[in-house]
Amino acid sequence: MVNTKVNLSGITIDNPIIPASGTFGFGYEFAELYDINCLGTFSFKGTTKDPRFGNPTPRIAECPMGMINSVGLQNPGVEAVKNIELPKLREVFNKPVMANVSGFSIDEYTYTCEALDSEPQIGWFEVNVSCPNVHGGGMSFGTSPESAAEVTKAVKKVTTKPVFIKLSPNVTDIVSIAKACEDAGADGISLINTLLGMRIDLKTKKCVIANKMGGFSGPAIFPVAVRMVYQVYEAVKIPIIGMGGVSSAEDVIEMMLAGATAVEIGAANLVDPFASRDIVNNLPAVMQKYGIKDLNDIIGGAH
Amino acid sequence: MKQELFTITKNEKIARDIYLMVLSGDTSDIVHPGQFVNIKLEDQYLRRPISICDYDDKTLTLIYKVVGVGTEKMSSYKPGKVLDILIALGNGFDTEKSGFSPLLIGGGVGVPPMYNLCKKLISESKQPTVILGFNSREDVFFEEEFKKLGANVLVTTADGSYGIRGFVTDAMKDINYDYFFTCGPEPMFKAIEKVAKTSGQYSFEERMGCGFGACMGCSCKTKYGNKRICKDGPVLLREEIIW
Ligand SMILES: Cc1cc2nc3c(=O)[nH]c(=O)nc-3n(C[C@H](O)[C@H](O)[C@H](O)COP(=O)(O)OP(=O)(O)OC[C@H]3O[C@@H](n4cnc5c(N)ncnc54)[C@H](O)[C@@H]3O)c2cc1C
Ligand SMILES: Cc1cc2nc3c(=O)[nH]c(=O)nc-3n(C[C@H](O)[C@H](O)[C@H](O)COP(=O)(O)O)c2cc1C
Ligand code: FES
Repeated sequence: MVNTKVNLSGITIDNPIIPASGTFGFGYEFAELYDINCLGTFSFKGTTKDPRFGNPTPRIAECPMGMINSVGLQNPGVEAVKNIELPKLREVFNKPVMANVSGFSIDEYTYTCEALDSEPQIGWFEVNVSCPNVHGGGMSFGTSPESAAEVTKAVKKVTTKPVFIKLSPNVTDIVSIAKACEDAGADGISLINTLLGMRIDLKTKKCVIANKMGGFSGPAIFPVAVRMVYQVYEAVKIPIIGMGGVSSAEDVIEMMLAGATAVEIGAANLVDPFASRDIVNNLPAVMQKYGIKDLNDIIGGAH
Repeated sequence: MKQELFTITKNEKIARDIYLMVLSGDTSDIVHPGQFVNIKLEDQYLRRPISICDYDDKTLTLIYKVVGVGTEKMSSYKPGKVLDILIALGNGFDTEKSGFSPLLIGGGVGVPPMYNLCKKLISESKQPTVILGFNSREDVFFEEEFKKLGANVLVTTADGSYGIRGFVTDAMKDINYDYFFTCGPEPMFKAIEKVAKTSGQYSFEERMGCGFGACMGCSCKTKYGNKRICKDGPVLLREEIIW
């Protein structure tokens, strides 16, 4: 028998497998396919203060070993998440869920987090700081240590649950940003969000994505993600949730060796709806193959 | 929706760049004509959505046009090859609204889903008229197959090299119908929208990340709220579409 349980900021999860925000909706598309209670938890669709339609279509482009998305945070808004999505989720999922929150100003982040903090099923916050700050000339909150810390401080003030700050990889020094979030009171760091990418159609000679640029994810970004998790692990003491291209139980172990306490699965859920379940099922055998009895022994093991 | 393995039993060219693929496997999840499948191809990260052209208990028929790297690869597959398919995606057409004489309009690769729809309507004792629109003679396919089902079939070609010269809308003028169903390119939809005399259903395409409602990659706005083409569509009612 092997131990797959890990402790994520005071909550023990059965395994470190967490479907990533934006690739798992609010869970019930997948609950129609399998019992999603087999997962450690999952991070629900990025939620904002107001409902958002998101970006124009096409929003999706294929890439070698990955995809670009420019969904633009389509979500029903925090009120509908509280009143419609979470009650529906309760019927199919009986574990704490991770609330992924986005905002375009500090006030929006705090409004949404405060509104969700009282929801009993929410175990953690995952605050996505990759969004542009409308008051800051459109620069993303996640691109400077100061603004990432500002979001962290503001959200910590209005919440009682552990707060993970989800970092953007589109920066020159992710380590300084992670440290700034830790210093500002973050309980953990999630990384990485998508890498900015673009595809151009040779036939139309135009960008495939209506918004031209989008977020690149999938197996192609795995080495970048492993490297960033490794670097951030050296610099911070708080737990890390690692993600970016994870598609197998082997990838999960590699991510944990780099320093992740838990691992999110994103695009893989879209091309294979059973990916997260299969990774959960395969994990014990792969642990055994590599002589791992307890996942807790390997967190940061490559350092 | 189910994830199923299907074995190719036939894969042959039936018109310019157009292939017909027959596969064997479990089709029990299909409930409406106009639903689609999402096919995993080796070396391509995203699956490829293709409409269900026809099916019975154990076989699935698809018709696809080679337009890029994925469909090019599909065209090279030989019988015996096994494909990983997500089957019975989307809402499909609702035939209850059809009336006695529905009109089916398929343009290019919008023709395939019309076939099983036509079959279903005839099995419901209705008398469908089918308009098949193509660019040129070399592109025409399935005229005979529709006729064999017992439908009244009209073919148009844009260059006049076969059938009625012009667009599907030129053939629509003299037809009486109670309702319409259509699938094809958006310019064709816009032309139909201008001349259609009844309610109807349009089947849309969009670039898809998942095909089963999880990623919000395929959203559109309708008069009845935001919808996902892959899950709440691909078929939308004429009344709800915002052009
Ligand atoms: C619901 C639905 C039903 C369809 N039914 C049929 C059918 O019955 N027969 C048929 O020939 N084609 C059909 N299509 C279009 C078909 O999906 C595309 O032609 C195919 O994906 C092209 O793949 P490719 O790799 O050859 O082209 P590429 O251009 O190399 O593909 C690149 C990416 O863009 C996507 N893409 C390209 N064109 C389209 C398109 N028109 N719609 C959606 N995604 C696209 C591909 O899936 C892939 O992810 C359907 C599309 C949808 C959404
Ligand atoms: C379609 C799609 C939608 C996404 N939406 C969100 C989101 O709403 N909030 C967020 O923090 N990350 C979002 N992401 C990023 C993922 O959660 C994840 O960080 C990223 O895709 C890297 O993981 P992957 O390579 O496994 O996909 C989205 C990713 C995809 C593919
Ligand atoms: S393609 Fe993912 S929701 Fe429609």
